[in-house]
Amino acid sequence: MKKGNLRLIISLAVVALLYVGGCLIEQTAGTKSMIVTVLQKGAVYALIAVSMNLLNGFTGLFSLGQAGFMLVGAYSYAILTIPMAKRAAVYQYYNGGWVQFTIGVIPALLVAGVIAALFAALIGLPVLRLKGDYLAIATLGFAEIIRAIVQWDTIGPLTNGSNLLKTYPTLKNIMPGNTVLFTFIIVGICIGLILLLINSTYGRAFKAIRDDEVAAEAMGINLFHHKQMAFVISSFFAGIGGALLAMYQGSLQANSFKSSMTYEILLIVVIGGMGSVSGSIMASFLFIACSEWWLRFLDAETMLGDFKVPLLAPGFRMVVFAVVIMVVVLFFRKGIMGDRELWELGGRRGAKGGRSVK
Amino acid sequence: MFDTLLPYLLAGISVGGQYALIAVGYTLVYGILRLINFAHGDIFTAAGFFMIYLTASLPIGLSIPLVIILTVALGFTVERVAYKPLRAAPRMSIMISAIGVSYLLQNLMWYITGGLAKQYPVLPGLSETIKIGSATTKVVTVVTPVLTIVLVVALVLLINRTKIGMAMRAVSKDFETSQLMGIKINNVISTTFIIGSAMAAIGSMLYFTNYTAVTPTVGAMPGLKAFVAAVFGGIGSIPGAMIGALIIGICENLIKAAGWTAFSDAFTFALLIVVLLFRPTGLFGEKTTDKV
Repeated sequence: MKKGNLRLIISLAVVALLYVGGCLIEQTAGTKSMIVTVLQKGAVYALIAVSMNLLNGFTGLFSLGQAGFMLVGAYSYAILTIPMAKRAAVYQYYNGGWVQFTIGVIPALLVAGVIAALFAALIGLPVLRLKGDYLAIATLGFAEIIRAIVQWDTIGPLTNGSNLLKTYPTLKNIMPGNTVLFTFIIVGICIGLILLLINSTYGRAFKAIRDDEVAAEAMGINLFHHKQMAFVISSFFAGIGGALLAMYQGSLQANSFKSSMTYEILLIVVIGGMGSVSGSIMASFLFIACSEWWLRFLDAETMLGDFKVPLLAPGFRMVVFAVVIMVVVLFFRKGIMGDRELWELGGRRGAKGGRSVK
Repeated sequence: MFDTLLPYLLAGISVGGQYALIAVGYTLVYGILRLINFAHGDIFTAAGFFMIYLTASLPIGLSIPLVIILTVALGFTVERVAYKPLRAAPRMSIMISAIGVSYLLQNLMWYITGGLAKQYPVLPGLSETIKIGSATTKVVTVVTPVLTIVLVVALVLLINRTKIGMAMRAVSKDFETSQLMGIKINNVISTTFIIGSAMAAIGSMLYFTNYTAVTPTVGAMPGLKAFVAAVFGGIGSIPGAMIGALIIGICENLIKAAGWTAFSDAFTFALLIVVLLFRPTGLFGEKTTDKV
């Protein structure tokens, strides 16, 4: 199809432009500037949001375990990459820890994804037999369990208990000056793979399960097999996302992977549109830009002449933010994109097998 | 053996009673709206903060009823603003809205308190220590189960003997038919939120007497556990929620007694999965059939 080819070329060109743009911004604005922070963290969140969308938006599994799998990924990455010379200092309470080898950054990212996927496969066996809101509670519960176990003292030599993990390779010291490019490439490859999956037979089976489980089963789709697959793949990418988040943050503690983190990602997915990859990506950058940058002024106590602007105080930003999110959830339930993709705009509705019957 | 376990058993019964009071709110709301009210744990936390701020300027005797009134008002407002507009929407949307409310309440509480843990006031009569057998404990340990049973019995009577109770049972059976029968479902739903919030407020007074420090996210975990208790007991059943909560509270503390503190939370969720796999309707739940 000629029209399809043209659209693909335009899409790829736009993506390439974004990469070059991101790269140039970092070169001109410097790695420490706010916009570079937004680009880095936004890209990481984009991957995590897309991985969650694969479950919640495309397969219709309302899972709230994302923070747990991110934590597994982040810890796997950090544990495997802390340089040998620094292990004694990091694991000072545990005699240098059990793991006495290091691997490269890229293999470590992959292993992080695989370990998260293994956890998901184990957890999925019982949990995916549950339906709807029970699944939500059970996955939320498992995420909390993972967080508790990671901080368990007995496996301290592996996870460093409730102490910080640090000195592993971060964005800043593996690609100085090109942190944005590095993040964009990894995130781009991952999201590209997810897109290929969504547009494959498996992806169509996922959507069929979302739209009507009973009908999908009647059509010969193995429900459990496909749900398990979506769950494992989503967790794989959540694990990589968690590892990237660890690289962005520079130090790691289990306590930051609370259920409120899952809630944040879920809300990003909702703002972008359940079932839209491009929506999730845009919403991630928007969300991070607002929370890290544009709404910062709400947290600072400000004087206009002698007049102290009321309400402005630390924490007010998140309140305003939460109110805006509630407005989106209540009045713009479709989010930015609904279940369409950016590159489908202007094309015929439902041309790519989107849902038209409701 | 018994002497070493006694303090844990007492703590378990006490904490179980407190979970039970929260679980009532979940089970009532889920029975009627089929909604996990994720904000319920935060309403419970808010009740704790109301008490802290009210006792700063008012006597305890006045604060206690005011806390209940404010918590009820909060629960009522949340229902009207965040859930009522979504009555006709898919269930997933209402659940997302509930998560949004939880996020908003947590951020709001963080803003108001500045993110610092606040000291819960000492409620007279509850914090004194007493001796039971060989164990020393607080009065609240004894008060909780008694108060819980009294409240649960009162609630069961309300649901089985009064007109509003009958309406609640009707709405939970069939939303649309009861509407056709002239039941004002919005009033019924508001009533369930009012009852649930009042119970959460009472629960918070007992709970924080034991735990003393209140932070904006402190309610999330007891909230989840109370929901598990409600599922365990059979969603929609109030005595079931109470028994489920007591079992969870006791087991949790016995696991702590065995030295497996890291797994005391894990146990609750493992229990949830086992219950849902083998007896999805819980201990006292009614059988439902899935219609295509």
